[in-house]
Amino acid sequence: MQSNSSALYASRKRANQIGLFLSMLAMVLGLAALLWILIVLFGNGLAALDWSIFVNDTPAPGSEGGGLRNAMVGSLMIVGLAVLVSTPVGILAGIYLTEYGDSSKTAEFTRFITDIMLSAPSIVLGLFVYAIAVATIGNFSGYAGSLALALIAVPVVMRTTENMMRLVPGSLREAAFALGAPRWKVTTMVTLRAARSGVITGLLLAVARISGETAPLLFTALNNQFFSTDMSSPMANLPVVIFQFAMSPYENWIRLAWAGALVITLTVLLLNILARVFFRDKTTG
Amino acid sequence: MQAATMNPSTASSGQSPSASMAAIARRQKRQDQIFHRVTQAFSLLVLLALAGIIISLFINAWPSFAKFGAHFLWYVEWDIVKGEFGAAIAIVGTVISAGLAMLIAVPLAFGIALFLTETCPVWLRRPLGVAIELLAAVPSIIYGMFGLFVFAPVFATYMQAPLQSVLGGMPLVGWLFGGAVNGLGIMAAGIILAFMVLPFIAAVMRDVFEITPPILRESAYGLGCTTWEVVRKVVLPYTQKGVIGGVMLGMGRALGETMAVTFVIGNANRLPTSLFSPGTSIASVLANEFGEAEGLHFNTLFALGFLLFIITFAVLALAKWMIVRAERSKGG
Repeated sequence: MQSNSSALYASRKRANQIGLFLSMLAMVLGLAALLWILIVLFGNGLAALDWSIFVNDTPAPGSEGGGLRNAMVGSLMIVGLAVLVSTPVGILAGIYLTEYGDSSKTAEFTRFITDIMLSAPSIVLGLFVYAIAVATIGNFSGYAGSLALALIAVPVVMRTTENMMRLVPGSLREAAFALGAPRWKVTTMVTLRAARSGVITGLLLAVARISGETAPLLFTALNNQFFSTDMSSPMANLPVVIFQFAMSPYENWIRLAWAGALVITLTVLLLNILARVFFRDKTTG
Repeated sequence: MQAATMNPSTASSGQSPSASMAAIARRQKRQDQIFHRVTQAFSLLVLLALAGIIISLFINAWPSFAKFGAHFLWYVEWDIVKGEFGAAIAIVGTVISAGLAMLIAVPLAFGIALFLTETCPVWLRRPLGVAIELLAAVPSIIYGMFGLFVFAPVFATYMQAPLQSVLGGMPLVGWLFGGAVNGLGIMAAGIILAFMVLPFIAAVMRDVFEITPPILRESAYGLGCTTWEVVRKVVLPYTQKGVIGGVMLGMGRALGETMAVTFVIGNANRLPTSLFSPGTSIASVLANEFGEAEGLHFNTLFALGFLLFIITFAVLALAKWMIVRAERSKGG
């Protein structure tokens, strides 16, 4: 009896140790993957990164040198316009879900669909924008690229705005109502202001999310070997240039792809960290 | 709100101050209604986008559906020259690569969530949690490049070759490990995808583990359960729906991922014969062929996109539904 129970105890203890060891191993594997990717990225990217990639445009096939200036400018413009469009749309839609969305079935359905759109395959959004904005007009354009990215950014902004505005204490709203302020004033001047840092966090995360998106730009903004700031024509952009260059047989193209990959990843990770720091400072301070 | 409770009919009779008050109240009420409608219109844009996606994909895909019918779904053919297309090859590649990713990512995510909620020292929880979330922030094209240039050679030398020499000759499972050892293929795509979706699954699991009432956990510890037993037999059954929701969410992501898969899956338009053989997925066919597609080929790619959207939509809707139910039952 005694030995039986101690044997049972020993086996339970062993199962516990094995389980916890495996869970720690999973954690280590996850961290190792992140570290491995970053090391490879810095190793290959830093070797290719120098001042010339910021001042030269993408090289023609087989030619030496070259840079990524046109792709970087294109990316900034496409992402910038997408953010300009999706910020007001996302914030206003988020306001609706917070302030009017508790009692209505439509709002509940909208929230459900928004959550699905957050994870919808981005390449299908690219196809959609191709069908409505490229096939109808007849040419690829930076505008179409921005539209595709905005479709991805709006749900992100919308849901973070909603979540952050929900964190604002009800007493703050009630105090403003008691002063006789109408609802739209309470919402825009009290609730939204109180949730400002959270909403900005959402915007930063949305920028980070769309900066690295490649698939929706393949059929919309396409690519352009030359420097161009005309958004109504095909535009170079970092993700698509990286995709084409990395798949190419030319060594200097692959080198440029790594440099571009490092630039994009650093931007995205910095935006993510900034978003976290920003939000934490404002909420604890 | 308070504008609605003020009664304009009593205010308008008689003195001018209350009459002007009523006017203000009326104006504010009108402004509020406009504000309500405007914000509502913006939120309905999401539904409009969804309807637009489904309708426009379907219209563009129609010639292909009309020609091949339901047969399209299981027709094993992809011949651009003859204009014969079936979705089976891409669907099989998509499902197998996402399935492999789930097989790898789910246990890992469970381990990470367990570690972060139970064993990890409190001061380390936030930094480690953020590190895992950063794994989700890395753009998918970076995973693709990493997979092609760094992971594939390592995978071929240290995983594929040994696996093939040990298991390749075995009677029942040998065929799974046949084929060329070059690092690219369905299995490599599955592994890269696993690390891409791992953070999404782990985050949901951690969140639902954390909403388990402490009293349940403490009672189990009080009965003398080990940490492993508490998690396996109390926390996991209690959070079942949320965990399944998290897994489905990860699966939805894996099914629709383009860049990471395109780089490593090998892009061969034929049915895979083993885990190591190259294949293709719906998303990678689109990325590779849409640029120069014309006529029926063009319509067929839209048909594939339509199928992909419907499949991921169903998976994600189910995931969302399970997570909402899990959270609701905990709240009540």
